[in-house]
Amino acid sequence: MIPDHLTILIVIIPLLGAYTTLLAGWVKRRFCFPIAMVTICIQFCISLALLYQVMKTGPLHYNLGNWLPPWGIEYVIDPLNGFVLVVLLFLSLLCCMYSKRSIVAEIEEKKIVGFYTVFLLLVAGVCGIAVTGDLFNLYVFLEISSLAAYALVASGREKKALFASFNYLIMGSVSACFILIGIGHLYIATGTLNMADLARLLPPLYGSPLIQSAFIFFIVGLSIKTALFPLHLWLPDAYSYAPSAVSALIATVMSKMGVYALIRILFTVFTPAFIIMEIPIMELFCWIAAIAIIVGSVLAITQTDLKMMLAYSSISQMGYILLGIGIANSVAMTGGILHILNHAVMKGCLFMVAGAIIYATGLRTIDDLKGISRTMPLTAAAFFIAAASMIGIPPTVGFMSKWFIALGALESGQWFFVVIILASSLLTAIYFWRVFEYMYFREPDMARQAAVAGANDPPASMLVPILILAAACILCGIFVAVPLEVIEPSVTRLLGGN
Amino acid sequence: MKQDVVIRTVCRLIVPFIQIFALYVIIHGASGTGGGFQGGVIFASAIILIGIAFGLPDALQRISEKTNTLLSCTGLYIYAGIGILCIIFGGNFLGYSFIPLPLDSAATRGLMAEIVEIGIGITVMAVMTSIFYDIAVKEDM
Repeated sequence: MIPDHLTILIVIIPLLGAYTTLLAGWVKRRFCFPIAMVTICIQFCISLALLYQVMKTGPLHYNLGNWLPPWGIEYVIDPLNGFVLVVLLFLSLLCCMYSKRSIVAEIEEKKIVGFYTVFLLLVAGVCGIAVTGDLFNLYVFLEISSLAAYALVASGREKKALFASFNYLIMGSVSACFILIGIGHLYIATGTLNMADLARLLPPLYGSPLIQSAFIFFIVGLSIKTALFPLHLWLPDAYSYAPSAVSALIATVMSKMGVYALIRILFTVFTPAFIIMEIPIMELFCWIAAIAIIVGSVLAITQTDLKMMLAYSSISQMGYILLGIGIANSVAMTGGILHILNHAVMKGCLFMVAGAIIYATGLRTIDDLKGISRTMPLTAAAFFIAAASMIGIPPTVGFMSKWFIALGALESGQWFFVVIILASSLLTAIYFWRVFEYMYFREPDMARQAAVAGANDPPASMLVPILILAAACILCGIFVAVPLEVIEPSVTRLLGGN
Repeated sequence: MKQDVVIRTVCRLIVPFIQIFALYVIIHGASGTGGGFQGGVIFASAIILIGIAFGLPDALQRISEKTNTLLSCTGLYIYAGIGILCIIFGGNFLGYSFIPLPLDSAATRGLMAEIVEIGIGITVMAVMTSIFYDIAVKEDM
């Protein structure tokens, strides 16, 4: 009985967990963390079960309230959703584990109950986005997760975080508005909100200005959510001033959710026939992504703050994912979707390391990291592995996705993008090399000597997630066939209409 | 403001009517216009009116912050509970007609939808009120 309902339970369980956390926190504050942890653990198991089931029997459909689609809300899980769900919940689980100790210094004690409640609401939101097959439902969940993210960014003690969060709120609301207008346009034109139904009803209307403007609204709205280059202004502050656990969570989970929504709307709602034949938007996408890759890297080089550098590097990495999607042949798409996993793993690890250094020493600028590898050896080693993966050094996972994207670019004859990928790898090497050099080969400055010498590797609850992610960077690279087994059928499905 | 007899008297008169109207909107939600969200907001507006007219302590005396937290959770549990009850009786989530009541399917559906609306109304009322409390407390400081 239960296996049929896993699709809905993955959304309902965190919702129940969030409010149970609120109640339990009222009794005793230290109950919050175990409840949040158990909730996300259960969800992770469910997501694995769902992925297994999807790979075995094909897409799962679930009708809410037994109303048949297109009238009722339908939840659909295909290989892409299943894959994204597993990645997101894996990262959420590690972030939750990491948050236990890291938030002690960064968040006021009375806010801890609220922190875990909102954390679970964010997880509920992203799971909802992943499983839904209904356009308006997608918008609702997008709002739930975004509102939770604004609150989480502002939850720290850092005063600048309030401004960053406000900025994020404004940009996020503008983007939500655009997406809602886009949905409204489609609803006026077709009278339905179900994605599969839309894909069926839209083709005769492809020439209509109503549909084309809806498409533009979607693209602009989702570009803000994913922080595509010219619309990225909210991102650096939000990522770098948020508490470390939150940085790791939103840099991996939230940003990937935006990309997933973009892929869904581009390829499932507006089929490839529309985005490649009717409006040549993909070419534009590739160029914007290429600019994002280069500009993100260059801006990262100019940063002095470690978390800020990682934030700008995110802009460049999101460019890779969008480049893979923009080239839109099966090899490059595989690379792009693989990079969703890779970037989540690498960036999660790097942000956690940055947080661990702040936790242990209180230092956040790159100059202050001189000699830190001697007192925090494991943390520094994890940073080294994740950064090597970001640069794309072969045994790591970062190499694989860049390889696929470059192959895809070659296959479609777009040599220029291969040059961009190579150039950006060099730029990435420049900004990470600086950090390595300081960590491993420099003596601490006089003023920082005490702080660096007194530092230790963080407590186990923070170190374990960091090491798991660092190991994942290498293991996923060596056993890349495992994720590819899921990604390949999902790419075939996405490009199916071609 | 506390001394203003007109405001205090009018508030005392009008608050019960607002609350009854709120309940009407919630109950009416399943079969007509209205619903849990709208009703919850109207109910919260009655409490906010007390807060504005008589001061925050008076409002807190009627619904304290702890009660608020409890109510907001209760509402969600009612909603999710009904949904899961449907799963237990073999339907999908929120498939009301599967709940075995001695009524025909449409009546069961209506009744369950109303209970869910009440849950939503309770949560919305509690959250709206707590937003007001948070803002009001900030201004006192």
